[in-house]
Amino acid sequence: MTAGPQPLPITPVALCHWTATGAHGHGIEALARLLAANRSALRANDLAGIALDTAIGRVDGLEALPWPQEWAAWDSRATRLAWWGLQADGFAEAVARARERHGPGRIGLVLGTSSSTIAVSEAAYRALDEQGRFPAQLRHPGLNTPHAITAFVQQVLGLEGPAVTVSTACSSSAKALAVAERWLRLQLVDAVVTAGVDALGGSLLHGFHALGVLGHEPCRPFDAARRGISIGEAAAYALVERGEAAVMLQGHGESNDAHHMSTPHPQGLGAERALDDALARAGLDAAAVDFVNLHGTASAANDEVEAALVARRYAPAVHACATKGLTGHTMGAAGLLEALVCALALERGLLAGSAPTLTPDPAFGPAFAERWHAQPAQRRIRHAASHSFGFGGNNCVLVLGC
Amino acid sequence: MLTPPVFVQALGWWTPDWPGWPQAAKALRGEAVAPAEGQRRPAPRLLAANERRRAPDAVLMALQVGEEACAAAGADPATLPSVFTSAHGDLAIVDALCRTLAADPLLLSPMRFHHSVHNAASGYWAIGAHNPEASTALAAGAHSFAAGWLEAATQCIADDRAVLLVGCDTEAMGALQSVNASRGLLAVAMLLAPAPRGAQDRAIGWRLQPGAHGAPPLRSAAARALQGHAMADALPLFEALADKPSTGLTLPLSATLGLALTVAPA
Repeated sequence: MTAGPQPLPITPVALCHWTATGAHGHGIEALARLLAANRSALRANDLAGIALDTAIGRVDGLEALPWPQEWAAWDSRATRLAWWGLQADGFAEAVARARERHGPGRIGLVLGTSSSTIAVSEAAYRALDEQGRFPAQLRHPGLNTPHAITAFVQQVLGLEGPAVTVSTACSSSAKALAVAERWLRLQLVDAVVTAGVDALGGSLLHGFHALGVLGHEPCRPFDAARRGISIGEAAAYALVERGEAAVMLQGHGESNDAHHMSTPHPQGLGAERALDDALARAGLDAAAVDFVNLHGTASAANDEVEAALVARRYAPAVHACATKGLTGHTMGAAGLLEALVCALALERGLLAGSAPTLTPDPAFGPAFAERWHAQPAQRRIRHAASHSFGFGGNNCVLVLGC
Repeated sequence: MLTPPVFVQALGWWTPDWPGWPQAAKALRGEAVAPAEGQRRPAPRLLAANERRRAPDAVLMALQVGEEACAAAGADPATLPSVFTSAHGDLAIVDALCRTLAADPLLLSPMRFHHSVHNAASGYWAIGAHNPEASTALAAGAHSFAAGWLEAATQCIADDRAVLLVGCDTEAMGALQSVNASRGLLAVAMLLAPAPRGAQDRAIGWRLQPGAHGAPPLRSAAARALQGHAMADALPLFEALADKPSTGLTLPLSATLGLALTVAPA
């Protein structure tokens, strides 16, 4: 494999407003409380119609949300999650103010999702009519397509700039931030709503079950007793603009393992390439990174490869943690959700822990154990990184700073 | 700010009737060219024979057009960042996935799940081409080609590097036909560079154009035959590149935004 040219440093862009809804609850304060308490929000699977013995990160009350009549045609678990997420932390209002400032045509939307609204098609297949067609009430072409959540959010927020769905599995919404930075750099827009939305559903849960990587208990990233992943759902949003804010996106790096569809490169070459590019764009050395939120899925293969990367690249004083045991692996939403875990570290010095894991697998060696943190900590930091490594060998690393 | 133009180094095209850009270009110019026979599935060389047998149509088509564009430009497929765009992914896979989940979800095969992810073509391209560069997979409904083109041009200018764009959609299968109008198979590719190699390259100026824009009319029977396809928003630009040395056209990006393009000799 040939390595391409090293990217040039970029001008950082500002995370002006952000919010996250997931198993932790509704909004960023609920996430901060969960991280500070270092408590897993996962529970035994209790989704109707999915009989799998696994732990899930579920958003309570989505089914019972009073659904606005004007969005009746857009009703699905994924669009409910997207809509509920917009109502937290005054995010929709912050976007409305940006719309006033810049005009709706100057605000873009990039939304990362892996499964989008596929559950709508799944439900229709359980209720086909005598001719084998979708039942009439589910025959909504706009809802039965991967772009559905993005089109819905664009309408809810009244945005008229470019809107695109990124669907590269677990790196989707990390890459949404990279798209946003490029749009802002070329001045195609003045602001971008970046989003990560993925809802629990049959294809994700049964798909990972088929791969044999779904754990029964809440996942334990980097634990010697790790036994597979726990899937969660989340809606995370960040409004990104040129200029200054308390939290800045300083760099992004994207790469591909070019190795296998569902297992990582054994030496982590693709992941390291993404890290190198993110650091180059940020104009930083790995030693400058104070905090890193790891991909840390609790699958046997990912954690082994990622632990080696952490041990060889980051400084001994780095606070490395893995939060998928707290929130679940929120798939296409994970990249942005975990970037916001970094944002909390930068904004208020809340460095997350790695519950329910207590001690890392001794097989990863002392250098990893020194860098890895089971418990949260409180201290001021300057630079944070977030790892997102997905299916199809798709990698994205973000570097944020303040 | 005026965005700098990008330069088209090569094109790729695959439909069952015109399994390659040279034949497709003739058809899009309205020239009489006999449709190909017996080409139901392409056979990209980047996949081993056993992988080709198992791969979904969308993966085969995407790799085929990517290979064609790289070969036509003399570019090494291992070295280019790539943008894959598709309105729906592989609809035969979606149909099979949903049928299995409705009938007996525990029978879902790991390979079917692999193939169902939207970035399946992107992942197989990276593996087949030994390409470690950034690769993305996008969707934007009926405007998926235009959105993919915007991302490829943006990356090309932002990073000052050539970028491979691949657009691919399949046809609705089974019960999906009641909700999805896409019929037939269409894959296209375009290799965009930040500078021309010579006079043979075409320059494309581009900017976002607010307002509602209808799809540009299609002139050729070959393009009109594909206008119900999910990747049909690629057709006006490919028709223009097949035929006219200079032209302007606006591809809709949404109901409220267009992508205004001006095509001219480099």
